[in-house]
Amino acid sequence: MNAIPQLFFDAMSLGGIYAMAALGIALIFGVMNLVNFAHGEYIAFCVFALIVPSTDAVAVMFIGKAPAILLIPMLLSIGALVAVASEFFVFRHMRNSTPVAMMISSFALGFVIQNTLLLVYSSRPKAVSLWPELNKPVSIVGASIPLLQIIVIVTTLIVVVALALLLKRTRIGLEMRAAAENFTMARLLGVRANVVITGAFALSGALAAAVALIMVTQTGVADVRMGGQIMLVAFIATVIGGLGSLPGAVAAGFLIGAASVILQGFLPLEARPFRDAFLYTLVIAVLLLKPDGLFAPRSSKPRV
Amino acid sequence: MAQTHKQKRLSAWSTPILLIAILIVFTFLVTLFGDKSLARMAAQTLIRVTFVVGLWIFVGNSGVVSFGHAAYMAIGAYCSAWLTLRPQMKGLFLPDLWPFLANAEWHVFPAAVVSGLLAAIVALISGAAILRLTGIAASIATFAFLAIVYTIYSSWEGVTGATSSVVGLTRYADQWVTLAWASATVLAAACYANSSSGLALRATREDEVAADASGINMYRHRLIALVVSAFFTGVAGALFGHSLGVLNPNSFYLGVTFITLAMLVVGGIGSLTGAVTGVLVLSIIIEALVRAERGVAFGETTFALPTGAQEIIIGIIMILVLILRPAGLTGGRELRLRLGKR
Repeated sequence: MNAIPQLFFDAMSLGGIYAMAALGIALIFGVMNLVNFAHGEYIAFCVFALIVPSTDAVAVMFIGKAPAILLIPMLLSIGALVAVASEFFVFRHMRNSTPVAMMISSFALGFVIQNTLLLVYSSRPKAVSLWPELNKPVSIVGASIPLLQIIVIVTTLIVVVALALLLKRTRIGLEMRAAAENFTMARLLGVRANVVITGAFALSGALAAAVALIMVTQTGVADVRMGGQIMLVAFIATVIGGLGSLPGAVAAGFLIGAASVILQGFLPLEARPFRDAFLYTLVIAVLLLKPDGLFAPRSSKPRV
Repeated sequence: MAQTHKQKRLSAWSTPILLIAILIVFTFLVTLFGDKSLARMAAQTLIRVTFVVGLWIFVGNSGVVSFGHAAYMAIGAYCSAWLTLRPQMKGLFLPDLWPFLANAEWHVFPAAVVSGLLAAIVALISGAAILRLTGIAASIATFAFLAIVYTIYSSWEGVTGATSSVVGLTRYADQWVTLAWASATVLAAACYANSSSGLALRATREDEVAADASGINMYRHRLIALVVSAFFTGVAGALFGHSLGVLNPNSFYLGVTFITLAMLVVGGIGSLTGAVTGVLVLSIIIEALVRAERGVAFGETTFALPTGAQEIIIGIIMILVLILRPAGLTGGRELRLRLGKR
């Protein structure tokens, strides 16, 4: 009956998660041309940081016990720390490598994080109940929406606005934009490369933590593999949005969220298991029409 | 001048011969001194050689990273299963197969060739669209292609068995069969790399604009390389199925994509020698670590790595190689005999 507003909220909240994950990837790609496959593993790491290390099926809360006002900043800084540490130990030593070598090493890093989690927590998915009251439905414009969906949408908007302010109004933001535009030139003009790169990783890690919080609350499960799927979608969103373009990444994240909700809603029943196949076919079609992405910045074209 | 050119062409042909010799020595050593499980590991390694060298034909020569080759592997593996499984089995587990496939009971060799051909045809069609893109957009499109094939194969209940495994494949792919296919793939890769299309494609890898200005049609040569490369990855898929005896769509997704790309990059993406080196080195390290996890006896005490440590160590080794030797272990050079004077 109220299918349309329902679909709208589903699409917006799913798109919001994708958009935040895509932002995390786009930020790092912008400053150092690194496609960071470890991003999904940052998300999984943050999820597991909530619970006590053990191999039991039922999770015991660890940091997760803290009240929200403490928990959220704590988890965001854990995410930031993991990302900054990975830059310090791995990517700092690869500044002169090809993008392919960096991409593969980011994958290797993700592999290491994932298997460390497996070693400590075992591969069984665990039930986690974090803020279960947020999944209670409330009714808005005739549709009953879990409160969490509204929080996701609002959070995404706040994050995007805050990020935009940071990038436009602060010194570090200016330096990041300069670095994303032309890294060598920016360094020659006095941009502090290490500060910018560390800053980008910290922001990206904090975004991963935010995604982790939302996913845990929504699904109530902690699974070592939960980062992989969202990383893939986010990665595709950054490319469709135009690599290096932050507004593009956000827009494309929302677009993919909307497309998958619409496909889920309107595909005939027997075709529904194949939803992702349709979604990725759409992705290839978009790329064929717009190879540089929908919102490609002018600097993305190599000069000849 | 003409003399040196001729010598260079000749010495380029020593590369595949040396590499095949290494593979033969490897197989003999393992068979003579190893136990049964080591022989199985050798077959797996040679299948990976077939796959990674097949992957190299496209990635190494064109410089475009493809995430989609595991999809060609899946296509080959399932095609061989459709052609060789006993009809009663197929009636039971894969009821929706077309009558022609449901009644097929082929010999394994033609089935492997046809599986490769099917993968090549799919590559021709998918590549015709995907290869219009360049750079990172092309890589993403191959990723999307992989996800499409994975979704179809893991949801098409009556034809692929979806996520429940297809069982009962004849396990004929021992170390000798896989050695033959791996050698054939190395030879074909060298043939392609030394052909005019291979040279043209490598020119586009070095400098797209200059190659374009010299009248090279990049799209065409990339498509040729992709089709050749998909044939061998399809065959590798067929061999994979007939070595384990079990097929599951999850074996052909992100895991295999990344481990094979890692082998290629660790060995050195720029050369055929690099592709073979990467597979052999990483496979041997993985096997050693797996054995260490089971426990190694030093006199009285048994030393064992905790389960799962193997993957972590492999990951760290990969990162170290990439930091210390960004162009891979071989650094893009080929193993070759030096003929005549330099």
